[in-house]
Amino acid sequence: MNAMDSLILRTATRFLLPLLLIFSLFVLLRGHDEPGGGFIAGLIAAVAFSLYLFAFDASGTRKLMWMDPRPMLGWGLFIATLSGLPALFQGKAFFAALWWPVHVPGIGSVTLSTPLVFDIGVYMVVIGSVMAIVLALAEAEE
Amino acid sequence: MLLAVLSGFIVCLLAPWLTRSLGDRANWVLALAPAALFVYFLGWVPEIAQGEAITIHYPWIPGLEINMSFLVDGLSLLFALLISGIGTFIIIYAGGYLHGDERLPRFYAIMFAFMGSMLGLVLSDNIITMFVFWELTSITSYLLIGFNHEDRNVRWLALQGLIVTVGGGLALMAGLLMLAVAAGGEFTLSGILAADGIHEYPFFIGMLLAILFGTFTKSAQVPFHFWLPNAMAAPTPVSAFLHSATMVKAGVYLMARLNPALGESELWFYMLGIFGALTMLTGSIMALRSTGVKAILAYTTIMALGTLTMLIGIGTEGAIIAAMTFLLAHALYKAALFMLAGALDHETGTKDVTKMGGLRKLMPITFIAACVAALSLAGLPPLFGFIAKELMFEAVLEADALTTFLAILAVLSAIMIVTMAAVFALRPFLGERKETPKTPHEAPLSMLIGPVILATLSLIFGLAGFIPAAALVQSAVGAVYGEPIAVELYLWHGFNLPLMMSIAAVALGLVLFWKWDAALALFKRLTFIDRFGAERGYERFMDAIVAVAEWQTRLLQNGSMSNYLITIVLTIVGLTGWTLLVHTDTPIPLGVMDFNVYEAVIAALVVAGALFASVTSSRLGAVATLGIVGFGIALIYVLFSAPDLGTTQIMVETLTVILLVLVLFRLPGFLNYSAPATRIRDAVVALSLGGLMTLLILAVNDVTVTDPISDTLVEWSEPEGHGRNIVNVILVDFRALDTLGEIFVIGLAAIGVYAMIRFRAEDKAK
Repeated sequence: MNAMDSLILRTATRFLLPLLLIFSLFVLLRGHDEPGGGFIAGLIAAVAFSLYLFAFDASGTRKLMWMDPRPMLGWGLFIATLSGLPALFQGKAFFAALWWPVHVPGIGSVTLSTPLVFDIGVYMVVIGSVMAIVLALAEAEE
Repeated sequence: MLLAVLSGFIVCLLAPWLTRSLGDRANWVLALAPAALFVYFLGWVPEIAQGEAITIHYPWIPGLEINMSFLVDGLSLLFALLISGIGTFIIIYAGGYLHGDERLPRFYAIMFAFMGSMLGLVLSDNIITMFVFWELTSITSYLLIGFNHEDRNVRWLALQGLIVTVGGGLALMAGLLMLAVAAGGEFTLSGILAADGIHEYPFFIGMLLAILFGTFTKSAQVPFHFWLPNAMAAPTPVSAFLHSATMVKAGVYLMARLNPALGESELWFYMLGIFGALTMLTGSIMALRSTGVKAILAYTTIMALGTLTMLIGIGTEGAIIAAMTFLLAHALYKAALFMLAGALDHETGTKDVTKMGGLRKLMPITFIAACVAALSLAGLPPLFGFIAKELMFEAVLEADALTTFLAILAVLSAIMIVTMAAVFALRPFLGERKETPKTPHEAPLSMLIGPVILATLSLIFGLAGFIPAAALVQSAVGAVYGEPIAVELYLWHGFNLPLMMSIAAVALGLVLFWKWDAALALFKRLTFIDRFGAERGYERFMDAIVAVAEWQTRLLQNGSMSNYLITIVLTIVGLTGWTLLVHTDTPIPLGVMDFNVYEAVIAALVVAGALFASVTSSRLGAVATLGIVGFGIALIYVLFSAPDLGTTQIMVETLTVILLVLVLFRLPGFLNYSAPATRIRDAVVALSLGGLMTLLILAVNDVTVTDPISDTLVEWSEPEGHGRNIVNVILVDFRALDTLGEIFVIGLAAIGVYAMIRFRAEDKAK
């Protein structure tokens, strides 16, 4: 599908795409305190990839994404499920949240947690689901 | 104990790997597992033989009162020993029977899973746990019966067994739950057996029938007997295991188990007595009509199951002693006979007894073992089967009612069983040597060790009845009867009526054997049995289900999107509207409330967009105006301080437009427009849903729920969830399990959509 063979769109996309992806990561990570989270961040990333798809083509978008959307969907579900397990080993209920404050030099104190891992899983599921459908539709076109 | 029950499943996981790495000797190594279990259960015998009943608890789902609790008493120990003991020989035997078959790893895996389920079933004390194992036996036996799954017919037969037994399982679950209620909320078998007042339960008859529906289907009682012979589609080791000690005995086990609690009712007596006796006769008649070695044995199994059911129904002391003795005797000789039948089939290449002959010299060990086991089947002295049959006749003669009816059926089936035992043990071996597809020679050690040992046991137990009586039968009888009974088993019962019945049965049976060819021809001509048999009923029933499914699919799933929507919307409007009308006490406030100007502007934009989308004749126009609706709603979210929702809505709107554009590229313009009547109908449906939602929101606004949960969540968010964004804390922490379910739904939906798009594209490419 090369219906939008537009130089302006392509050039703009080259600048917008990294910004959008960084923004999606930002929204993902800050989601616990400010508006955001894995679901919204995943949608933002999916919109970014779709933009690239419109500006260029499906095979280019596939190359750009670091893995095929279908395995990404599966890995997302796997990671999200796994994040519930550590609590079991501590004798707590499945999906009870665990927190580990870590001191990173230069940044300060960062809190790692199982909800964050879970959110990353959600993030991957959303990107994987949306992009699997969008890419399949775009490729059916070709 | 937990390890003992679960070991079947553990070995199930290891079996494929072990089989591959051990090669030809895998069966001997794998058989160590059931052999070890057998020894373990033997260790319980001294304690249990004193009449002890031991319960062991492991919490599983404590909140729902579901525990992994096990009950070890005479009955469950008898079954556990049969399952593990015969299981040992079956595993060894399978290695010889399926020698070189590349599917052996899978076979062992399913076999061990089945064995584990069966052990769990007979040892469970909690009825929910027992039911789980009950269903597991249905599923694993389905996999075993359908082992040759490339064969369409085999798949069909396996499915038949599954549908019949699982269908019965549904009724059983209802029955068991009612039983637990009747026993005063008691979910353990030991508790139910000790409970009072079960007979005063108002739904006693329904409960009893539900439980019996489950046990009758599982144990192949008339009219559900047809699935069992069809289960012969399984490889012979499976048939030997399923028919001797396991699967089909599960129903008998449960009836025996519940006998102390339910046995006093008249309905119990008549149901078990009549259906058991009819099953006994049906099995015998069908056996007489068969020529396949496995089919003959399958029908005699039905006979045995009928006998056991009948004896439990009679329920007197003598009947219970007879039932437990018969159970043990049958397990020993039936397992041996099936393994020998497999050896015959394996060596000659045919299953038809009329095509075999003169194998005496070629397969001497098989011949001798078959004779011994068949003598036990026929109930001749000095075999254990003789003691069992004498006890059965005695029990029938002392039944409280129906005595003549039961006695006549018992003698009739005994005659036919003598005939078929003789056919099985003599026909293939005596007479002239007949040409068979394969040149037979003696079967390998792995295929003979089981039948030889089991046949020898039949002989030893017959000669020395005090061994099984003291070790196993007495405690099992005590568990089934509900109070301890002294049991002595011996061959000579005196010159009495049961002995006369035996002599008559043997004499007439041998006459019938002499004329069997003529009788066979006569019986084969009675084809009406096939035409009106229970299996036809099953087929009719299945056809009817398919017909109803087709009819309702044509009605509801006709492929038209607008039809689906109308159905869904009208259902919602009907059900919700009715609830709203009936259950709302306070009037819904319909007056105009305070609002800001910009709120009114957004609302007007949304309404205008919706109106334009529904009247425009351009697809792209409709998509774009739907976008206006979506973004308008996003704005409303933002105004009412829900930035998360607002952002999500904007993203979703964007993606929706992208997806629609991708789809619209492939669609032609509207070819024809709806007729005016259709449009009016659609408008009414749409407006009714919109109106309902409006009323609903207004009504909900007015209802004050005590203590909304949101306050608590806000309070907890920071200290408990370490986050200030409550929405996110709820999503990933407080209600993470819900979210997990939701992302699985998203993933599945994506896979579904993906598959539809790709398959369509591939179809087009072709």
